[in-house]
Amino acid sequence: MQIPTELLAKIDEAISHYPVSKRSASLPLLHLFQEQFGYISDESIAWIADKLGLEQINILELVTFYPMFRREPAGKVHIRVCRTLSCALAGADDLKTKLSEATGIHCSKHHEGFSHPPEVSPDGQFSIESVECLASCGSGPVMMINDDFYEAVAPETIQEILSKYK
Amino acid sequence: MSTEATTPKPVELVNVQIDGVWYQFPKGTKVIEACSQAGKFIPRYCYHPRLSTPGNCRMCMVELGMPKMGPDRKPELGPDGKPIHNWIPRPQISCAQEVSEGLGVRTDSKMVQDARKGVLEFLLINHPLDCPICDQAGECRLQEFSYDFGPAKTRFLEHKVKKPKRIQIGPRITLDDERCILCSRCVRFMREVAKDDVIGIVNRGSYSTITCHPNKTLDSNYSLNTVDICPVGALTSTDFRFKMRVWFLKETKSFCTSCATGCNTVIGARENLMYRQTPRENNDVNESWMCDYGRLNFHYLNSPDRLLAPVAKGVNEPDWTAALTATASALKSLPPSEVALIASGKMTNEELFLAAGLTQALGIMLHDIVPHTDAGDDILLSTDRNPNTAGAKLLGLCDANAGSKLPAIADGIRGGTIKGLVILGEDATALGLAESELRKLEVLVTTAMLPNLTTASAGYVLPGSGFAEKRGSMVNKSGRLQRLNRAIQAPGLARDDWEILTGLTEAITGTSLGLATIEDVFKAMSAATPALTGLSLSKIGDLGVQLPIA
Amino acid sequence: MPAPRIPHPREKRIVFANIDREGYTPDIACYLRNGGYEDLKKAVKMAPAEIVAEVKTSSLRGRGGAGFPCGVKWGFIRPGETKPIYLICNADESEPGTFKDRYIIHQDPHQLMEGMIISAFALNVHLAYLYIRGEFPQGAQILEQAIAEAKEKGFLGKNILGTGFDLEIYVHRGAGAYICGEETGLIESLEGKRAYPRIKPPYFPAVLGLYQCPTIVNNVETLCHVKHIVRMGGAEYAKIGKPNNTGTRIVGVSGDVVKPGYFEIEVGSMTLGELINDLCGGLKPGRTLKAIIPGGSSAKVFRAGEKFKIKSKAADGSMVETEIGVLDIPLDFDTMAACGSMAGSGGVIVMDDTRDMVEALNNLNHFYAHESCGQCTPCREGSLWMQKITDRLLAGGGVESDPGLLESVSNNIAGKTICAFGEACSWPTMSFVAKFPEEFAARAKKQVPPPTPPEFLSETLIGAGH
Repeated sequence: MQIPTELLAKIDEAISHYPVSKRSASLPLLHLFQEQFGYISDESIAWIADKLGLEQINILELVTFYPMFRREPAGKVHIRVCRTLSCALAGADDLKTKLSEATGIHCSKHHEGFSHPPEVSPDGQFSIESVECLASCGSGPVMMINDDFYEAVAPETIQEILSKYK
Repeated sequence: MSTEATTPKPVELVNVQIDGVWYQFPKGTKVIEACSQAGKFIPRYCYHPRLSTPGNCRMCMVELGMPKMGPDRKPELGPDGKPIHNWIPRPQISCAQEVSEGLGVRTDSKMVQDARKGVLEFLLINHPLDCPICDQAGECRLQEFSYDFGPAKTRFLEHKVKKPKRIQIGPRITLDDERCILCSRCVRFMREVAKDDVIGIVNRGSYSTITCHPNKTLDSNYSLNTVDICPVGALTSTDFRFKMRVWFLKETKSFCTSCATGCNTVIGARENLMYRQTPRENNDVNESWMCDYGRLNFHYLNSPDRLLAPVAKGVNEPDWTAALTATASALKSLPPSEVALIASGKMTNEELFLAAGLTQALGIMLHDIVPHTDAGDDILLSTDRNPNTAGAKLLGLCDANAGSKLPAIADGIRGGTIKGLVILGEDATALGLAESELRKLEVLVTTAMLPNLTTASAGYVLPGSGFAEKRGSMVNKSGRLQRLNRAIQAPGLARDDWEILTGLTEAITGTSLGLATIEDVFKAMSAATPALTGLSLSKIGDLGVQLPIA
Repeated sequence: MPAPRIPHPREKRIVFANIDREGYTPDIACYLRNGGYEDLKKAVKMAPAEIVAEVKTSSLRGRGGAGFPCGVKWGFIRPGETKPIYLICNADESEPGTFKDRYIIHQDPHQLMEGMIISAFALNVHLAYLYIRGEFPQGAQILEQAIAEAKEKGFLGKNILGTGFDLEIYVHRGAGAYICGEETGLIESLEGKRAYPRIKPPYFPAVLGLYQCPTIVNNVETLCHVKHIVRMGGAEYAKIGKPNNTGTRIVGVSGDVVKPGYFEIEVGSMTLGELINDLCGGLKPGRTLKAIIPGGSSAKVFRAGEKFKIKSKAADGSMVETEIGVLDIPLDFDTMAACGSMAGSGGVIVMDDTRDMVEALNNLNHFYAHESCGQCTPCREGSLWMQKITDRLLAGGGVESDPGLLESVSNNIAGKTICAFGEACSWPTMSFVAKFPEEFAARAKKQVPPPTPPEFLSETLIGAGH
């Protein structure tokens, strides 16, 4: 697989942080790959395993354990809405419904199983994911759009927020 | 594989109370093992003495008490002069805890019973209760412990978690993830023993699933050990699946004869058919494992092509007496210098001893065995695929360099200086001889189980028995003397090879060898062989005996 | 903006002194202008054992949730240890209801750096990791920037402040797994594995931690306190708060109060009632209090109106028993425990009379079922089972036996698992069912269980066969 030179440099830097065991660099490398490619492909898993001297299953075990990693592409703008108690008390459910309406994403209520592909809008622009506590319980409901954090999100401000990402 | 220290330190013993009775155990003993030694079996799923200890199944929980310390930092003693305990208010796993001085263990208290019941209920809620059609039934620990310790009825009203079923995870293994209880024994075995880290756990929580990476298969030569250690019906042997209910199988202790390691086994057979062999623990040989190649190398015993009756040139449908008489007179018709004997490293010591006797009876000078080698590994599989090369050397059928005389024998046959050949359990074409060259022999005698190019050319074919069909002993690559036991009978008129060789020798010499049983053969052999002095078949025992040879 | 960003007069800000200060920025220049790294300069002139002794004297208790005495934890490192010793800062803040480390990391990262460097110096650590939850991407960048700045100024790296002491700190990002907050799960994660907590014994981190070497894992807030302990001295620090419950701690209030937010208070200096009514402006107009989860979502819930009998020392030294209500519980570790819950991570979740307790529990059950690592049986199977029962209660399928079943399942988890997640996931169920029985009973009215799900009928079983 084609790895940009810049990414290679970041990979080597990340590995250097773990002088005792290269395996420790698994999570950092997965983050770098997801940032670069948007998700973790089977090819990426193979590449990382090879780079770190591991079996592919060792990496697959991580990708399927840590919910931030996904094996399918998300929308260009990925929205994570906290669903846990404090945000739920502050109206997280309503926020998610409003976000679904605003982005045209049909969010199914229930999922069976642990991991599932992110729900992406028809134009591929947005995706929404319910996540567990984002540690800002005093200012719920909260959400992240890509790496940006939004707190006390009032439903009426959603359009304005989303417009920054169009 | 064992790593014993050369100078053992004196073992420190500690006093441990188990269910009210005091015992002594060496320091470092796991509580679960100490309880077993005290006759208190602790149910377990994830714990395996040869693998790392994750403590994940929570089945082996017991109540532990630490000796109560007085103000003088010494244990307070009860009326019996033994320490009294401060019992930990929560159950503790016994697989990770080592015994310590004064430790108290309760293996059957209310707390322990409740804990076991709770764990079993959890294990069962998402487990498909498909025992009637599950191949593990009869040797399923979930079934056994549920019966012994589990709750009587279900309280689970929800939908069970759905997981992949009937996955061909490797060429020899079928996986049912719904039955899996995630003890991780298979993962640890592949990682720690087989050194082939191809399986793992994906997803999380109740959805955790054992899987092989999509680009890989569980095709290690040790893969079937995962089936043995799987406590439930999640991993099953594709070869054995649905062939036979395990409770119908008669078990016979034996060892594997597919290489010079001689892994100890249990043969499972029913109505004279062998269905499987599984490894049997022997710390000095194979710990608890065996390779797939050896394990599955038995189906030829059940072959419909088995040779069922002796053949002798010039005699129509001979019985054994007629066949052996004809064979003997054919061999005697040639001068000893024109006869060679090729034995096999797959023969038992007893057979090799008698084969050596046969060479003496005929005056044969040229004899050897056929080496069989192939790639080995540093786990169990030996490059020497003969199970008894060491025995052949010990009993003088070959010299230190087994097979060294084979070229001379082949050349002799080609050149016509050798006119008679006795070949025991081997195919002469393996020496590079063409069938046409074999046909030039005036006398070709062979013992065999299955037809081959040699039996096709031989005037005298004496059908013998396979490893599961006979008794006898072999010496493995480390000089360990081990014993085969009969699990099934040889088919048709096929005979135990020691009887064939005894009969043939007697027919040649015209005198009785006085050997009525295999025990007699061993006795005669041990009398003639210093390394076997004082031994008998029964003294070999189930775990074998180390011989004073390299 | 929902949170009160001006400190309340009843707060005592030490760790949060610079949080939300006008003009305060996370760069090192700002930190130095405000007296930054002076405590490190003081610390490196002390003997490491002296610092450990000061921390012991301070009686500082861990701020991650368990409240374990920090000095005792540090004391587990054997003197003369020959293996490398590692320090890990646990910045995986993820206990629902808890939000404190977020602000330190984003607004005052050098305070954490200084605390970490001092702690590393005290523990003879030369390689430390800062495990930050994956959902703080900007936090991770800020910390990396802070590390670079500290290195440039000679507070970190080789030969720190000319003492010959070397230390590297690296930021390690998690990826959304709550269980990484458990210290041995965190260590496994840092080793590049699934964050399966380890069994103890034998894997006590101080003996067999990261890479099987002695390892100290401390929470962000705890490490920040170390810096202040060095400045004040352990004895002086111990004067703040109450004996065995010393110092300040940051509590975060969320849920149904007028002004939710974070407050740094002297431990034990106020009651739950004062926190909610005085600092948070009380409940919303017209609402009454129903329930409080006092120490992160795992802490057992209090029901409004509950009474507790508390033993305390009277002025003459004798023990007296007094009865107190929920709102009278002082915010300290010991009293909270005596009342059957815990101060935990300082996250207080308030619920008013409009809330449905079955729904609230179901929300938490979803959290725990999702976050269970799945390693050990009771938690793996039990957490999802409890979720499914509350799912069914909400969907109208409750049967009379359900409350008892929930209680029994939670009891079969707690105390039987590898790590404290067993308690964390079962305590909410245990306490919600016990304290709000009428709400559960109202949803559990059916006398007969629903029919067996069709896929488990015997004919489909045989049909699915083999």
